[in-house]
Amino acid sequence: MNIPSQITTLLAGILLTLISFWYGQNHNLLPVEASKNAASVDSLFNAMLTIGTGIFLLVAGILIYSAIKFRRDPDDTSDGPPVHGNIPLEILWTAIPAIIVLGISVYSFDVYMDENGMNPMDHMAHGKAQHQVAAQPGNAVAQLTGSPAFAATLVSQADPNQQQAESILKDPATNAVREDIPQRKDAPTLGTVSPRVGSSPEKTEKPAEVVISATGMQYAWLFTYPGTEVVAGELHVPLGRDVLINISANDVLHAFWVPEFRLKQDAVPGRQTEIRFTPTREGQYPLICAELCGAYHGAMKTIVVVEPQEAYDSWLQSQEVASAEVLDRAIAANPATMTDEEYLAPYAQDIGITAAALEQLHSHEGHS
Amino acid sequence: MTQAAQIQEEANQLAHGNKPGNWKEYFSFSTDHKVIGIQYLVTTFFFYLIGGVLATLVRTELATPESDFVSREVYNSLFTVHATVMIFLWIVPGATGGFGNYLIPLMIGARDMAFPRLNALAFWIIPPTGLMLMSSFLVGAPGAGWTNYPPLSLVSPKAGEMIWILSILLLGTSSILAAVNFIVTIFKMRVPGMGLNQMPLFCWSMLATSFLALIATPVLAGAMILLSFDVLIGTAFFNPTGGGDPIIYQHLFWFYSHPAVYIMILPIFGMISEIVSVHSRKPIFGYKAIAYSSIAICGLGLIVWAHHMFTSGTPPWLRMFFMITTMVISVPTGIKIFSWLATLWGGKLDMSSALLFAMGFICLFVIGGISGVMTASVPFDIHVHDTYFVVAHLHYVLFGGSVFGLYGGFYHWFPKITGRMMSEAWGKAHFWLTFIGFNLAFMPMHKLGMEGMNRRVAEYDPKFATLNLICTIGAYLLAVSTIPFIVNATWSWLRGKPAGDNPWRALTLEWMTTSPPPVENFEADPVLATGPYDYGMGSRATEVDVPFSEADDPTLSAGPSSTLRAKPDPVVAANPSDRGDESYNRE
Repeated sequence: MNIPSQITTLLAGILLTLISFWYGQNHNLLPVEASKNAASVDSLFNAMLTIGTGIFLLVAGILIYSAIKFRRDPDDTSDGPPVHGNIPLEILWTAIPAIIVLGISVYSFDVYMDENGMNPMDHMAHGKAQHQVAAQPGNAVAQLTGSPAFAATLVSQADPNQQQAESILKDPATNAVREDIPQRKDAPTLGTVSPRVGSSPEKTEKPAEVVISATGMQYAWLFTYPGTEVVAGELHVPLGRDVLINISANDVLHAFWVPEFRLKQDAVPGRQTEIRFTPTREGQYPLICAELCGAYHGAMKTIVVVEPQEAYDSWLQSQEVASAEVLDRAIAANPATMTDEEYLAPYAQDIGITAAALEQLHSHEGHS
Repeated sequence: MTQAAQIQEEANQLAHGNKPGNWKEYFSFSTDHKVIGIQYLVTTFFFYLIGGVLATLVRTELATPESDFVSREVYNSLFTVHATVMIFLWIVPGATGGFGNYLIPLMIGARDMAFPRLNALAFWIIPPTGLMLMSSFLVGAPGAGWTNYPPLSLVSPKAGEMIWILSILLLGTSSILAAVNFIVTIFKMRVPGMGLNQMPLFCWSMLATSFLALIATPVLAGAMILLSFDVLIGTAFFNPTGGGDPIIYQHLFWFYSHPAVYIMILPIFGMISEIVSVHSRKPIFGYKAIAYSSIAICGLGLIVWAHHMFTSGTPPWLRMFFMITTMVISVPTGIKIFSWLATLWGGKLDMSSALLFAMGFICLFVIGGISGVMTASVPFDIHVHDTYFVVAHLHYVLFGGSVFGLYGGFYHWFPKITGRMMSEAWGKAHFWLTFIGFNLAFMPMHKLGMEGMNRRVAEYDPKFATLNLICTIGAYLLAVSTIPFIVNATWSWLRGKPAGDNPWRALTLEWMTTSPPPVENFEADPVLATGPYDYGMGSRATEVDVPFSEADDPTLSAGPSSTLRAKPDPVVAANPSDRGDESYNRE
């Protein structure tokens, strides 16, 4: 048995590194990048894939080499060398993975900060002024210890979930499509129940340029555009603008996922969640429900259309006329007395549900 | 030349039992841990086949983009029951109940488990519960996924939901009973002379597993009881329309179900340590590092659960906390992987089926570990959460990991359990069919998930058709790959070559009695003449010829004549009283 000469080991190491770097950049595993933050997520993945490829090749190489090199002779029944361990080596292979995962953690944290996931009150920026008093949890805590009466008002103000729900439901179109579900209460500190991801740090203090509400229900998304009366089954967003989506659900859990944006957020009944992004690439992308929501979960998908501002505006105007009618019908009818199918029927055209699909939905209801 | 195995065997001649147990006992109600172990193994393997049939049906539906094979409701039930069966009726009871029960008392030189009747009770909960879960297909099987998140589980048909909840409660109870039994047995019933650091590594991993099961399972039971109230009598613990919070359920559920992943993999880690050391004829590399990393995984495993909930409405600071703990847990896991590789390095590998499966385990588990670190990273997980990337990851860990390890365990301990050898040719065919089928079925899923295929869907975008077809072909190959194993096991059990007591020339105590062992395992108390992994002990003249060794450097050789050594080397000490601790023979 020979230890591979240092040069062979060195060459193998160089080859392994080169293959890892090449594959980390040329894996072709991800769809196109269509939002501003997608590139940083992809670089993070490329880095992790490079390291992962290296580790896998190392482990697989040792396994294959051992299987060939250290195979015993059939009639050799003696034992191998009595090596029980090697402390420096063990410290080395504890330390190196520890440093690698620490590096990945720091890098991930960095990307997450870029998406501004850590700013707990970012979404308040588009809310009212008094919310910004409550926007610093530390402030609220300091006050708590001082004056209880003042603190109590602060705590009630510092319920972003409740406030967000109220401000979203001021929009009549959104109000019409959303179920009235009790909203979760936020804890005074730390426990925000309405998280958000996707906005970038330079926009922290600025309200989003475009705000859209998304409501998930079995088995469709309904999008409302506050300020207009549009209710649509597909999402249109203007290219290059800072878009904020308010997400909630009417019945069960859903998840808002656009693979090309690299963003996903669950829609939870009773909670307001948000995604903030800037679409950077014109086109149509799938918008998929990524949380099991029932039998037709696989069919719960629509499209997000990224188009220039002018096209977006004209689409919005053309929808406004049509949606006003739909909305009238929706408001006139009492959803509580209607089955899901009856309630959804007016929207069927918008969502792109065919008559056949509705038929199946009926038959599903029939035997459940 | 005297070898370690000969030393251990000679010291234990008196311990050999001479009457093997009556085979009929293995088919009756019994409190013998070996009988119960075999009952566990056979029962859980039967459920593995059922779970496999369900998986094959799932993949058949997914062979084409349209939903055209079963109805969407049935499809949801198929993957829900598939996951529930594989986790709660195959891997958990197979690894802990099956191998744990059979091996732990033998390995520590005990006559039986600490609480034999509790042991029998823990087993006999399983078959009726499994049958009850299967019968749910007659009344409308549960279809809200194995996670069974409310509110969907609250609006699903009640009969199936309640059967699922009851099954989980009963199987969880069985798991708690077994865990208590293992902890007491391992702490209290070791043969004199066996300190914790002289235990075989499988015992360490079962200890860690049992603590996890004991701490985490009651939380799941609590969640199940609250969920059943919501389903049955309309309370609103998790129902948002009544003011409940579905996210709380997810916390309670994952507080058990992430540790459950370690409950499924830790016993396998222990089995791999045994197999790798015996079949490469070398001491395990870094005994204490492997043993204590199991404990580290046990501790860390309890504080990583919310990484399943990065997109569910989890506050940002919680996301960061769970990202870091999840990343950290890969360090003790990495220690194990590298220690196994170092054990193989420079050994005398017999390339038996058991070792092949162990090496296959290392190869595939590393892939699952790498994709695990990727999904721990919050920004990337936000993209791939609930997609086929996660499906690929979890199957690399639970099939490429746990099931390959279980197969390795079957090949390794079959001679002890039945007294007969398995056929190596069939074993190798089984390995390569499984290995190829597995990678065909699950490797393409990584790409599917990242490209945009969400999980738990009966229909998907036609652009994913080709990769899905490959996955389905792989799944069929996997289904076929169990045939050589079943044929081999059945034939070998009846007609196989007699194995003798110690066919692998292993050192752990289960090999120091007859195969199969008699009732109460040993005639006299077994003796530890060697440690569990002292291979090469009898042939000290062998030159240590592995990387990083410096025979000339006293600090790195630490051989019997090392200047660093104040006391005799426990491995070669002439006086048995100087022996007993781990070898200091670190070169």
